[in-house]
Amino acid sequence: MSTATSHAEEVHTHDHSHDHEHEHHELNFWTKYIFSTDHKTIAKQYLISGILWAFIGGSFSIIFRLQLGFPDMQLEWLRPILGGWIDEGGKLDKEFYLALVTMHGTIMVFFVLTAGLSGTFSNFLIPLQIGARDMASGFINMLSYWFFFLSSMIMFASLFLETGPASGGWVIYPPLSALPQAMPGSGLGMTLWLTSMAFFIVSSLMGGINYICTIINLRTRGMTFTKMPLTIWSFFFTAILGLLSFPVLLSAALLLIFDRSFGTSFYLSEIYIQGQALPNMGGSPILYQHLFWFLGHPEVYIVLLPALGMTSEIIATNSRKPIFGYRAMIGSMMGITVLAFIVWAHHMFVTGMNPFLGSVFMFLTLIIAVPSAVKAFNYITTLWKGNLVFTPAMLFSIGLVSLFISGGVTGIILGNSALDINLHDTYFVVAHFHLVMGAASFFGLMAGVYHWFPKMFGRLMNKNLGYIHFWFTFVGVYLVFFPMHYIGIAGFPRRYYSFTALGNDSAAAFTDMNAFISIAAIITFSAQAIFAWNFFYSIFKGKLAPQNPWNSNTLEWTAPINPEHGNWEGEIPAVYRWPYDYSKPGAEQDFIPQNIPFSATKSSNLPEEEAEIAKEKDIEGLLGAQNESYNR
Amino acid sequence: MFYLIGLLSIIFFALAISVISKSIKLNKSLVADENTDDALDSNNNANAYGMIIFWALGTIAGVWSFMVAKPDFLPIAASEHGVKTDSMFWTSMAVVTLAFFVSNTLLLYFAFKYRYNKNRKATFYPVNHKLELIWTVIPAIVMAILVFTGWRTWRDITSQAPSDAVVIEITGHQFGWYVRYAGNDDNQLGNFNYKLIDETNNIGIDFTDKNSFDDFTATELHLPKGKPVLLKIKAQDVLHSVYLPFHRVKMDAVPGMPTKFWFTPNISTDEMRAKLGKKDFNFKVNCTEVCGRGHFGMSITVFVDEPEDYKKWCAEQKPFLTTNPTYLAKVPDNLKAKASKYIPAEPVAVDSTTAPAAEAVSVN
Repeated sequence: MSTATSHAEEVHTHDHSHDHEHEHHELNFWTKYIFSTDHKTIAKQYLISGILWAFIGGSFSIIFRLQLGFPDMQLEWLRPILGGWIDEGGKLDKEFYLALVTMHGTIMVFFVLTAGLSGTFSNFLIPLQIGARDMASGFINMLSYWFFFLSSMIMFASLFLETGPASGGWVIYPPLSALPQAMPGSGLGMTLWLTSMAFFIVSSLMGGINYICTIINLRTRGMTFTKMPLTIWSFFFTAILGLLSFPVLLSAALLLIFDRSFGTSFYLSEIYIQGQALPNMGGSPILYQHLFWFLGHPEVYIVLLPALGMTSEIIATNSRKPIFGYRAMIGSMMGITVLAFIVWAHHMFVTGMNPFLGSVFMFLTLIIAVPSAVKAFNYITTLWKGNLVFTPAMLFSIGLVSLFISGGVTGIILGNSALDINLHDTYFVVAHFHLVMGAASFFGLMAGVYHWFPKMFGRLMNKNLGYIHFWFTFVGVYLVFFPMHYIGIAGFPRRYYSFTALGNDSAAAFTDMNAFISIAAIITFSAQAIFAWNFFYSIFKGKLAPQNPWNSNTLEWTAPINPEHGNWEGEIPAVYRWPYDYSKPGAEQDFIPQNIPFSATKSSNLPEEEAEIAKEKDIEGLLGAQNESYNR
Repeated sequence: MFYLIGLLSIIFFALAISVISKSIKLNKSLVADENTDDALDSNNNANAYGMIIFWALGTIAGVWSFMVAKPDFLPIAASEHGVKTDSMFWTSMAVVTLAFFVSNTLLLYFAFKYRYNKNRKATFYPVNHKLELIWTVIPAIVMAILVFTGWRTWRDITSQAPSDAVVIEITGHQFGWYVRYAGNDDNQLGNFNYKLIDETNNIGIDFTDKNSFDDFTATELHLPKGKPVLLKIKAQDVLHSVYLPFHRVKMDAVPGMPTKFWFTPNISTDEMRAKLGKKDFNFKVNCTEVCGRGHFGMSITVFVDEPEDYKKWCAEQKPFLTTNPTYLAKVPDNLKAKASKYIPAEPVAVDSTTAPAAEAVSVN
């Protein structure tokens, strides 16, 4: 279609050495803001979708926390929103309670922390931090967002079904999810859930392939793998995890679709339900669990690794100090990536899986604690003898490390199969994963938004509101999830509408604590309004951002304050050094950006870095090849 | 518990108010001095102090809430393996709490101590292999010890049940549990088939198996104290999970795939009532795998009896075939003689010449 024009453009840009390349694209409103192929616009689309989903998913948790904290409360006032889901007695419908729990999990894990976190920042930061003009394929990147959008719309539509959305828990274990007669949510709601997830997986695969290709192929001259910021490393590992594990979820979903709609028996066997014996024989519900957790466990790291990567960058920048143990950080992320694939069955110790297999997975699971511990210690050592600047992003990053530790240590208990017998599917598990993957990743998301907002919108967010937001959220998260461990140790199971029939006589004792948790949750959730206001207000009215607001070393801050499509107006800068030269002895400033050659910083070069000066010519020599790659 | 809520709320609000007032004050100073644009105004110190205050209040609240909640925490273990896993739980908990406390303390203390000071420069300290090695090896050793003890306990718990274990079948369905005992004569559960389920025979007992004849069903679970009990776990419709909170027993019930769990209850219901000082206390079986609308209410009562009481209770139970004699029709002819032993009043005509022959065949 446009071979001729693009060719003409090519020649043109060559002549003017990339001056104002972007002006040659005639962008109307639709191609600029909606069907954009610009990675920055797509990132913003992911971010705003993620924020909207976070408020929906969060509000669900508030509704079911009302039920759990105040079981006698009249919820008649929710009827205008929930309609028939409030029963005649003014109480939350029991099936809708399960639907809320299910949708809260699905939305938060997939739409907020996968799409909203990884989708946003992988898209935004990969090209800007490795020095690329865009993703390897802008078009596939755009498709990736729109598949996510389609998936979102289908999931959103399922909320309005008369039979309710999917309600079998976010893990949708069959046979409950396979049999519409088992619960109303397993009817059309589950069909839409599966359809939506199928599109979501397509979206996430297209995104992941793009991230991997871009990181491998489009690094600017001089940006070797060992000079990449840890953010990029984390996105790289995340994309690999997603690429290898999401297809397995798709296969699990596909077999479930077959069981539901075409009478197969992959997961169904010997079922007698509602006075009827079903003909299905030979299937295994455990098979589904293996397939699901083969994604489900890596998924934990898919949401967590980007948060950890961004935190590394933010903590180093704001400690004015190199990240401690750069290579150990890469090594531990690599270790986590590999181990993430071989620990999945620790979710299944008491599902009837062979106990010997349980022992194997216990060993593997506790190994993964080692790289995680290394990461935590490295963060702490990075703070040590730093010169800490508490931007809101820095506060959220420190919060992340704290939550990562606090939630992580209980994993050592749950990963022990003998101890898991009593704790499996109790609030102890809920507290554990909300801290370590939910809240920690959410803090990473927030840290990333506060840190890169100036690059995204060319304006600054109000930092004082950021501080208030942080302290409310940090204190609030601990108040919600710390006492939850107590309830879990007492043996309260998850997904219970009420605890009246529980064979534990301390049920009454924890009534007050449940009320307390609910109040803390409501306050924490409400505090997010501060963020929403700050975010949307600052997009339009925030203070204009300077070129490099945090005095950071990475490449994105060398791009114009409001980068157009293509990111850099002239040549893409070359990279000569790692991204963590903060407070280097002998340097004029306390930071040396990656694009400053060693020949320009003779006073601060370490002995071994003198040798790097000779290589600068070689790096420069790659310019032609790099430009060539964009003009092919 | 009420005080716990009170105290924690006060801490929360005190923190919130102090932060808000601080930032309002700073906001005002910001308005006065438009140029204070960088992050390094006095807010930086306020946030640093926030970290150390959070640490102090958090420690107090953590310790205090633990002390208050402890009496209600972990219910008394009422099984032999439960006592072991509980002590292991508290050991592991002590280890991880130490790790949790030390690393959070360092994190928050460093955040406070190394807050920005324009007269100081951060130390360029990119790597130290010795340190890395230390904190790779130490967690690895601690993990190895925890894993090893955990693995041994797990191996014992999941080992083969002793041959003299009392066999009880428990079947989950929406929304309740059916219980079947192996009977007073053979301690063998008969076969079942889900296609044989009907309104009376709601477990689907297969009467072509002679082991089923003396099986009896119950609406509550009776267990002998001090004797190993093997639960054979089944589900009819969707996943369920057998959970006896006091006995530290949990195992999913899976349609089409029987599971099992064996344990030895070591505290009788009466003893537990005395311990807790609650006359109406009862052990329960709960469900811990979401199974639909009635999931949270899916429980039956468990009685742990002294062995002799248990025997007495068993002796009082009537086999299913005795209470439902019409099911004799499902028994194949060659076993009718054996089955009719369990049929009460109405005598069944048995051909005395064929019966022994049939018996012989079935033995073969």
